[in-house]
Amino acid sequence: MMAKTLTVCIMEPPYESANSTTSMRIIDAALQKGINVNVFAYEGAVSLTVKDQKPHPNPVHGTSVEEEKHPTTRQLVAGLFELAKEKGVKLDWINCGLCVDERGAGNWIEGPRRGGPGDFHKWVQESNATLVIPTK
Amino acid sequence: MGRYVMIESRDPYESGDVSYFYNLAADLAAAGEQVTLFLVQNGALAARKDAKGDPLGGVLKSRIEVLADSFALRERGIQDSERHPSVKSAEIGDLVDHIMAEDGAKVLWH
Repeated sequence: MMAKTLTVCIMEPPYESANSTTSMRIIDAALQKGINVNVFAYEGAVSLTVKDQKPHPNPVHGTSVEEEKHPTTRQLVAGLFELAKEKGVKLDWINCGLCVDERGAGNWIEGPRRGGPGDFHKWVQESNATLVIPTK
Repeated sequence: MGRYVMIESRDPYESGDVSYFYNLAADLAAAGEQVTLFLVQNGALAARKDAKGDPLGGVLKSRIEVLADSFALRERGIQDSERHPSVKSAEIGDLVDHIMAEDGAKVLWH
């Protein structure tokens, strides 16, 4: 039986709201179930995969980087690509090119590719379902 | 009959938009559509049986399946005993199952 495909459009920049966490949880759950997932990262969400993100200590708690174990979104997305590989399903991640350029956010982890809203439109037509998670 | 999966991420005290979203769910159900309302993030606060103003009252009188993300419930310290009996606790994977159950489901996030 052919695997189903879910398309998710995310717009929230990293470290802004629970939308990013929930998006990742939904994508993770879909991959775990053997569902192919397309992710269209639009506007601020293109920064989720920026390679230069660094975990930090917490001066308020007095904890070091190691103790804080601060998760970065680039690590979470890299984990999703690993999971897709492990499960034998496809995770296709497009960062909106114009959104990347205007933010200077082009240094990504391995996995995402550049695209535009036309790719999202094509995915919507080809997928079994589409979920758009906007910013507030 | 169409299928709607409606995801509410905001709490009912945050803005009037939330009640509009609940009303949309109830209206769709009244029109004969199959509707699931899934509460995530602060949306889970409405799942409390003693929530002030009974925000889900109209929805729970409709033919709507109401689910609340167990992760969001735990994050907010909402115990099973505090959850409205008509709201079921569900995993995020259950949301994926509802979205992917059949082609053509309309998925709305608020």
